Amino acid sequence: MSKVAGVIVNHSTMDLEYLSLLTVIAVSGFEPQELSLSLLHSVLTGQQYTSSDSKQYDGRLYPSHIPTSSVQKAVLALGSGVAALKNPYRHDMVAVLGETTGHQALIKLRNRMRNDPEGYTILKERPRIRLSTLDLTGMSALPDGTLGREYLHFLEENRVTPDSRADVKFVDDEELAYVMQRYREVHDLLHTLLNMPTNMLGEVVVKMFEAAQTGLPMCVLGATLGPLRLSVSRLQLLVQSLGPWALRNGGRARCFLSIFYERRWEQNLDELRHELNIEPPPVNLIPSIKNTSSNS
Amino acid sequence: MKDPPELQLVALRVYDASAYVTKLERNMAASARTLVFRALSDSTRNIHHVSRCRIKHLCCRAGITGCRGYSDSTEGKSTHFGFQTVPEEEKAEKVYKVFENVAKKYDVMNDAMSLGIHRLWKDTLLHTMNPQPGLRLLDTAGGTGDISFRFLEYTRSMYDRQQRLRAKSHQTPSWQDIADHYVSDKAGPPQSRAVVCDINKEMLKVGKQRAEKAGITTGLSWVVGDAEELPFDDDQFDIYTIAFGIRNVTHIEQALQEALRVLKPGGRFMCLEFSKVTNPLLTRLYDAYSFQMIPVVGEVIAGDWKSYQYLVESIRKFPDQETFKEMIEDAGFFCVQYFNLTGGIVAIHSGFKL
Repeated sequence: MSKVAGVIVNHSTMDLEYLSLLTVIAVSGFEPQELSLSLLHSVLTGQQYTSSDSKQYDGRLYPSHIPTSSVQKAVLALGSGVAALKNPYRHDMVAVLGETTGHQALIKLRNRMRNDPEGYTILKERPRIRLSTLDLTGMSALPDGTLGREYLHFLEENRVTPDSRADVKFVDDEELAYVMQRYREVHDLLHTLLNMPTNMLGEVVVKMFEAAQTGLPMCVLGATLGPLRLSVSRLQLLVQSLGPWALRNGGRARCFLSIFYERRWEQNLDELRHELNIEPPPVNLIPSIKNTSSNS
Repeated sequence: MKDPPELQLVALRVYDASAYVTKLERNMAASARTLVFRALSDSTRNIHHVSRCRIKHLCCRAGITGCRGYSDSTEGKSTHFGFQTVPEEEKAEKVYKVFENVAKKYDVMNDAMSLGIHRLWKDTLLHTMNPQPGLRLLDTAGGTGDISFRFLEYTRSMYDRQQRLRAKSHQTPSWQDIADHYVSDKAGPPQSRAVVCDINKEMLKVGKQRAEKAGITTGLSWVVGDAEELPFDDDQFDIYTIAFGIRNVTHIEQALQEALRVLKPGGRFMCLEFSKVTNPLLTRLYDAYSFQMIPVVGEVIAGDWKSYQYLVESIRKFPDQETFKEMIEDAGFFCVQYFNLTGGIVAIHSGFKL
């Protein structure tokens, strides 16, 4: 069973949860989805932990969960892939593609997080990055060069917000759903760590790093198809310096999901990069932000 | 105006049974009164008999629903929203949000979900209706205007055909005929008018854009209104249609009452709606397709799984062909009949106000 006994206190025994989940699904309106029932069966018998909250979401494992059968997942993956390629601005389709194709990669990620002490703490405490949970005034008072300050800089410069990430819907495991959600919310922080802007080139570089780190099919797809939309000069830059740098660092860096960012706002960004084994980027794409990639 | 005692008894029974909703009360009392007056004013024994049966039926039905009403009248009434149970006040709001979300992709989704067959269903509705030029149509829950566009096209082509036939039969007109022809034509063709009424502004917006793109400018109006409380006077329209809309209404009986009210005497009520499939093999295929595929297609095309889950569930919650036919008869329509399309997946119900 579990490696750490303390966690079992929070969860009821597997058999009880399995039975209750099945009964709830059977009496709710999802009867026609017999296929999804069998999928849930295979998922539940395979995993170690089940959520003790399954009853309160009437058959779903978390509030935004939509149980789906493997056939439905296949159609979703195909449809969302086509839709995302036709219209790259459909972020929800990219999200759905990631969820429906990422099961194996999410399991590997989750196990990697569990084996890391900080990652394990994250899995237990489940922090969420949202504007309401961030102490914006405190963070803006931090000195330049710290993670918190640079992150806020990044959000302001690029006019993005961490609240715009879609909720995970199609992952049929509560913990894996959290890993996926965490991956989405940490994306902007990764931009800050790698000092990459939110234009196409910056996004492709971050995707390559993520693909090397996580192995999520959606990241791999984005990393391979994204460069096709770049101009020649940027493509050259990517192929010659940024691309290899991203892949190399993705392979050797510590798992970026295992960092408890919320407790490291005061940490110096360079120091954090050193701790994570990330080299500073060879080309500075963000001239306006304080150049932290200088020799330090 | 004081009702005679025996009619008061009838009205009382109706009041009794429908104590739970005052609006329903008023409408039912009103309809009972009109029915009863019609019974009095008509000298034909046949119609007497029918209306008496109708009143008895109305009271029986009201009695049954009234009992249910009494038990629920203490706490807030609840109704179904798909397979969920929600308070009645919330249902209208939730339905509004559903259609607000799907409005832009509504037509694309219709084609994707029904594989284009919804166009054939709507064409069949128009052929059953067979409207003559110069009639007024109220397209309730008309949303993006599919029925109204078809109505205008149908009446215009029918007018053209009639003109051609008339011209053919007048192969050698006399000078007097030609002169008369010029005079009569100055008035212009009888204008068929369609009013699209929908509670949802987003759907009407999409409909207006479609009309502009199709170049339909005259004869079309867009009105925001609730099917349970139409913003029109009595006896206004020749034809009332509600296509794929009545299952989203919270109080279907009220919508039927309103339909009766705004129709002219002799007017026709037509409802195109999803219904119960009779063939068991087709039922299994249809259910599997509805619950497995349609929300998936909704997620991919419109980015909204939950709305299409609701739409599919609401079909299952709608009464079957016979029950709905009885509801229409109870509202006061005559010669009610229904036609099944595509094995019962869709049914057209039709009734007349006499």
